[in-house]
Amino acid sequence: MNAYWQCFSGIVLREWLRFVLQRTRFLSALVRPLLWLLVFAAGFRAALGIAIIEPYDTYIPYEVYIIPGLACMILLFNGMQGSLSMVYDREMGSMRVLLTSPLPRTFLLCSKLLATALISLLQVYAFLAIAWVYGVRPPAMGLLWALPALLLVALMLSALGLLLSNAIRQLENFAGVMNFVIFPLFFLSSALYPLWKMRESSEWLYWLCALNPFTHAVELVRFALYERFNALALAVCVGLTLLFSLLAVLTFNPQHAALRKSG
Amino acid sequence: MNALEVSDLSFAYGAREALRQVSFSLAPGRFAALLGPNGAGKSTLIALLTRLYDVQHGDIRVGGYSLSRTPRPALRQLGVVFQQSTLDLDLSVEQNLRYHAALHGLSRRQSALRVEAELARQALTERRRERVRELNGGHRRRVEIARALLHEPRLLLLDEASAGLDPASRLALNQHIRNLCREQRISVLWTTHLLDEVQPSDDLLILHQGRLVASGQADALSLEHGGDLGSAFTRLTTSGAAR
Repeated sequence: MNAYWQCFSGIVLREWLRFVLQRTRFLSALVRPLLWLLVFAAGFRAALGIAIIEPYDTYIPYEVYIIPGLACMILLFNGMQGSLSMVYDREMGSMRVLLTSPLPRTFLLCSKLLATALISLLQVYAFLAIAWVYGVRPPAMGLLWALPALLLVALMLSALGLLLSNAIRQLENFAGVMNFVIFPLFFLSSALYPLWKMRESSEWLYWLCALNPFTHAVELVRFALYERFNALALAVCVGLTLLFSLLAVLTFNPQHAALRKSG
Repeated sequence: MNALEVSDLSFAYGAREALRQVSFSLAPGRFAALLGPNGAGKSTLIALLTRLYDVQHGDIRVGGYSLSRTPRPALRQLGVVFQQSTLDLDLSVEQNLRYHAALHGLSRRQSALRVEAELARQALTERRRERVRELNGGHRRRVEIARALLHEPRLLLLDEASAGLDPASRLALNQHIRNLCREQRISVLWTTHLLDEVQPSDDLLILHQGRLVASGQADALSLEHGGDLGSAFTRLTTSGAAR
């Protein structure tokens, strides 16, 4: 048991050190959601009025609405980027070293996913801190409630990223992931606009959004941030995290990549 | 007990056969050079030995443990230096080593002791706090060797470890590994395509078109196939010799 703990804490420590040492990467990961918040939201607020919707108790400015979606966007980018590098580094990079560990592969992969998720949380909270200074202030307890929700979402998205990278060879560059995974997940969700607004313009777009796992991720975080519990979102996120992780671990086989390459 | 035993190993990428019925063994404390032209199957063999690929046919035993059936004890006995550097460039020498010790489940105390010992052995103690990015190629290789030896394996596998080094560093590295082999009774499998890295007393394995076309002591093989190592290698690896 001790060996497992040593291994897990070693993997987390490495991710932490890389995070601390690569400050520019950290800053650039923050620039994206901040642009959305400070520029896009500022311009968009005039165009979009938000009615009183759960979990908010009153009318809210657009900046307040968009915060949970942007927090999840950080997790989405990090999850996809992390998983993609896991798959395409494995031929020669750090993944090969990880796989020479005598501990079970499933454990190693799950530890890596969890370590990446934990580091992503730091970025999310850095973003929430800046938003706080900017004037978007969810209740203090909400920030605490959001922690497990964010961790679950981070795991779900990393596992989804790993699963997609295992399954689809065409996703080997990040541009492909952006166009075919990140953008559809992000735009077809409740991150930028409430679903009832979407329904006003198109019924089928509404249903695509309602079925999108990312919508449930955003709603889980949104409710948690305002100290509310969203059972459906939690059930969907827990279920999909388990499903994606299981499938990702089962399909993770470097040999498949090699066989595909030669085939 | 042999440090490494490969028996009847075959591997195919779909319809293309990469390794065919390869069998050899490596005794404790021996230095074995694995030679082969490009495309001979060396990389596939290394991928199988490091468990990157699953064995399709045959068996690999490290220190008596089957890599496919009992991977945990087998991997514990195996240290690997990969062809391409796999160090974290932004981390310090010591941080890289500590990470590897953690992957092998070593406790903090064990890890501190082992890191200390390996740094001293590779003459890297002074550089422990330096970022790997600041080290030259030869020193980076030494860090990788220290890392591969942290968990005290019985078998050290080096895949083209001298690639990219200048001639002096290459020679020094080769000599360094031979000393380890002699002093620590570690078995070494050294893959290369450079004949001058092989000494007459080494075990020699020559791979060509996925088959092991020769195995034995280098001087004996040279005598048997042409007088010197160069001509023996050429003779054994000219197209068609494997068939």
